Amino acid sequence: MSTATTKDHPHLAAEFNRDEPRVNWHDETLWWVRAKRDIAAHKLPEWELLRETASQIKFNVLSNLSTYLEQFEANAIKNGIIVHWAADAAEHNQIVHNLLEQRGITKMVKSKSMLTEECHLNEYLKEQGIDVIDSDLGERIVQLANEPPSHIVLPCIHKKKEEIGDIFHEHLGSAKGESDPKILTETARQHLREVFLTRRAALTGVNFAVAETGEFVICTNEGNADMGAHLAEIHIASMGIEKIIPERKHLGVFLRLLTRSATGQPITTYSSHFSKPQDGTEIHIVIVDNGRSIQLGREEFRNSLKCIRCGACMNTCPVYRKSGGHSYHTAVAGPIGSILAPNLDMKKYADLPFASTLCGSCSNVCPVKIDIHDQLYKWRQVIVKEGYSPKAKTMAMKAMALTLASPTLYRMGGKTGRLVFKYAPFAVNNKLNPWYNQREMPKAPDESFGEWYAKRKGAKN
Amino acid sequence: MRVALFVPCYVDQFYPKAAIATLELLEKLGCEVHYPKNQTCCGQPMANSGYEHLTSGCNNLFVDNFSGYDYIVCPSGSCTLHIKEHLYADGKEEQATEIRKKVYELTEFLVDVLKVKQLSASFPYKVGLHQSCHGLRGLRIAQMSELVAEPFSKPAQLLDLVNGLELVPLSRQDDCCGFGGTFCVVEEAVSAKMGKDRVADHISHGAQYITSADLSCLMHLEGILRRQNSDVKVIHVAEILNHSM
Amino acid sequence: MSREKILAAVKFNQPAANPLPDMEVLNTLTDVRTDLVSKYKTIATAGGSFVYEVSGFDEIKTIINNEFKPGVKIISALNELSDYIYAENVKHEDGHNFADVELTVLSTKLGVAENGALWLTEKDMGSRVLPFIAQHLAVVIGKDDFVPTMAQAYKVIVDADYGYGSFISGPSKTADIEQSLVIGAHGPRSLSVFILS
Ligand code: SF4
Repeated sequence: MSTATTKDHPHLAAEFNRDEPRVNWHDETLWWVRAKRDIAAHKLPEWELLRETASQIKFNVLSNLSTYLEQFEANAIKNGIIVHWAADAAEHNQIVHNLLEQRGITKMVKSKSMLTEECHLNEYLKEQGIDVIDSDLGERIVQLANEPPSHIVLPCIHKKKEEIGDIFHEHLGSAKGESDPKILTETARQHLREVFLTRRAALTGVNFAVAETGEFVICTNEGNADMGAHLAEIHIASMGIEKIIPERKHLGVFLRLLTRSATGQPITTYSSHFSKPQDGTEIHIVIVDNGRSIQLGREEFRNSLKCIRCGACMNTCPVYRKSGGHSYHTAVAGPIGSILAPNLDMKKYADLPFASTLCGSCSNVCPVKIDIHDQLYKWRQVIVKEGYSPKAKTMAMKAMALTLASPTLYRMGGKTGRLVFKYAPFAVNNKLNPWYNQREMPKAPDESFGEWYAKRKGAKN
Repeated sequence: MRVALFVPCYVDQFYPKAAIATLELLEKLGCEVHYPKNQTCCGQPMANSGYEHLTSGCNNLFVDNFSGYDYIVCPSGSCTLHIKEHLYADGKEEQATEIRKKVYELTEFLVDVLKVKQLSASFPYKVGLHQSCHGLRGLRIAQMSELVAEPFSKPAQLLDLVNGLELVPLSRQDDCCGFGGTFCVVEEAVSAKMGKDRVADHISHGAQYITSADLSCLMHLEGILRRQNSDVKVIHVAEILNHSM
Repeated sequence: MSREKILAAVKFNQPAANPLPDMEVLNTLTDVRTDLVSKYKTIATAGGSFVYEVSGFDEIKTIINNEFKPGVKIISALNELSDYIYAENVKHEDGHNFADVELTVLSTKLGVAENGALWLTEKDMGSRVLPFIAQHLAVVIGKDDFVPTMAQAYKVIVDADYGYGSFISGPSKTADIEQSLVIGAHGPRSLSVFILS
C-alpha cells in the first residue's frame, strides 16, 4: 500500500496488466458477479421502479439531511444508544480509541466497514497499541496479507485461493499447499470463533440508519457483525452522515436492491436491526462527516452521497475489471471511488476521473441511479480548471482546439501531415506513441471524404 | 427532406468510405443530402479530456455549418451524442438548440425518421455487431443488457434486412471496447486489453467482419486486428447497408 | 463541537427540500396470488436452507432427533419443544456460555417469500447471540405467516418495538475465496425451516 500511493492509475493498471492470464481471471470473476446481478434484477419486473424509488428517497435524504441526522440522534439516544460526532477521520479514530482506552480494552474485533478503511482506523489503532482483527473473511485475508481491500463488497477478489492458502498456512497453521475454499473457510471459522469469544469490544459499519426509529441496520452473509456485537460489552458502530434513511419502511426498498445489485442474492443472510443495547452492554454510534458535507455542497457531485456501497458499478466497469481495485489507490475503488476521492484530495486523485471510457454502464446498474459517468466527465472539467492537469496536455489541447475551430487550418498540410492529427493520439506516427504498443495506426486513405466530395458531380454544400 | 451530412474529423480523414456509403445510402432512400464543407469536429476530444471550456470555437463553427437543415445525420454515435449533450454557442443559442434536437446517428435516423423496412443490400458474411457505448447508453440506439427493459437494437434491426448477412452472438453483447478518446493512450494498458478482449469475443464466435455504428470503436478494434494479422475486418454499418452484390 | 459544525455545514450545503416518493405503487406490482409457501421453499432452498413442511411438533421433534445425537446442547424458544433447554430460562446468561450450543430452535410469525428471509426479534431469540453462535439453527413458522416481498414485510413490522431484530435467510455463508460459495462461515452451518400446516 505504501508504494501504491505514489503511482497513478495508468501506472498501477499497467503493472496489473503485466500478468495477462491473471487479468483474464479477475475480469471473468467479476463479470460473473455482474451476470448474477443481471439475473436477479431481471426476476423483478418492478426493478427499474425500485431503483427510481430508492434514488428519490435518497434525494429526499440529502435535502433534509440535517433534520434527519438530528432526528436519528434523538431517537437513538432515547433507545439508550450513545452518539458521537466526528468531523474528520482523525476525530473518528480518536473517539474509537478513547472508548477503548477508558475501558482498558486492547483488543477489538471489527466487521466490514469501508468508512474505517477510509479513516485508516486499523493503522491508527495499531500505533496506539490496540490489536484489531477483521472478522469478515475477505477482510481478514487482506489484513493478514497486509494489503487494503481491493473491492468494497469482495475485499480479496484479487487473490487466488492458492495465495490465500499460503497466507493461512503462514498465519493460521493450515496445511501447506491447502487451497480448498471449504477447508480454508473452516480454518478461518475456528480462528475467528476464538476471537469473537475473547473480544470485549466490537466495531461494525452501518448500512442504513433510520431517522424515524433511531435504529441501524447491518447486512452480512457471514454473521460476523452479529457474532462480534452480541458477544462484546461495547459495540461501536461507525457511519457516514449519508447512511440515514427517513423511515423503517424504506428499508423495504433498499434491502431489495442492495444484495441483488451486489452479488445477485435476493438478500444477505443477515439483515440485523440494532435498536437498543442488550442488557449490560453499550452501543456507541460515531457519525462521521470527513468531507461529506463538502460534497453535499457540490451541486454536480452531491448525488454521489446516495451510494449504498453495493459494488455493482465496479463489477460492471471494464476498467475496474481489467485494472484491479488497488490501481485506484484509494479505499473505495472503481467508478464510485473515482467520483468520491477527488472531493477529499483533488491533486492526489486527479487521475481517477480519467480512469474511465465513460461507457456509462455504472450509472445503469447503480441501484440508486447515481449519474456516475456524467460526474466523471464533470470532475474532468473541474480538475482541468483547478490546474491539476499536466501542462503538456493543456498545450496540446489548446492547439487542437484552435485547429478544429478553423476549417483552413484543419485542411492544411495535405494528406500526410494534416495538422489536426498531430494531436490525435491514435494517428501520431511515432513509435513512442502508446497507441502503437499493441495497436496499428489507421491507414491514411488517398483522399479524405472532403476531397472526394469536392470532386463529386452535383455536390451540395 | 434536406439532410446535412455531418462527417466527424477522423471519419473524414481515415474512413472516407464510411462517409461515402452514408451519403449514397441516404440518397438512395430519397434524402436531399448536403455536405457543409467547412465542418471539422464536434469538440469531443477536448471536452472528454476536461477541456470543454476550449470548445467554443468548434461549437460556433458547428452551428454556422449546420443551421437551417431539416435533419443532421452522422455516421458516429459518439459524435452525435456529444452534439446532443454539449453543443452550446454564445449568441446562437436558438440555432444550437435546434441542432441538438435535429441531429441523428445514422441507424436511428433510418429506423426512427425514414422508417426503413426494407433494403436492397446484400452482404453474405458472418458479422459481429459491436455496440458503441455512446450509441447504446447515450443515444439508446439499442437496449443495454444491464437494464430491466425490452431488448431492441436499431443497428441489428437494419442488419437483419441485409441479404445473406448472419449476425453472430457474442458472450458479452455490450462491453466497452476501451477506446475512450484520450483514454486509449493515457490508459494504454487497460485500453488495449479491453480492445483485445472484444476482438477475441467476436473471433471466437466466428465473425468475419466486426461492424458498428461508431467508427472510433472500429478504429480501435482494427488497430488490434491488424496488429494480430487477423483476417477479420472492421466495416462501418453504413457500408454494409449500402452494399449490393 | 463537531456536532454543531457538521450539522451547520450540512444544513448550509443541502439542496432544497425534495419530497419522498410514493411507495404504494411498488406494493401493487407484486403478484399476491402466487403460492407463497412454495415460492418461499424454492428460494430458501436455493439459498442453502432446508425446508420441511410438517403437520405438528411431533414431526419436528422426530426430525431433530434424527439429525442430532442425543446429549448435544439444544436450546429452544418454543414451549411446544420442552425437551430441550428453554431459551426463556437462560436468556440472562452470559452469551459466551452458549459457545457449545449445537442447535437453537426459534419460531417466528413472519417469513418473506421473495428472498427466504425470516424475521426474528430479540424476544423470539431469548439471547441475541443464540441464532448466531449455535452450530445449527432451526426456525418454526406457520404456513400462513408468509408475505410476498420485503415491502409487505415492513408493513407488518412498521410499528414493532424491538431492541434487536434480524431477517435471517439461510445458513451463515461466504464466497470470499474466489467467489466459491462455502456454507458455515462464522454462524450456523445450517438453517432448517419447519413450516407448520
Ligand atoms: S455508486 Fe451505485 S452501484 Fe456503485 S457502489 Fe454505490 S450504490 Fe452501488
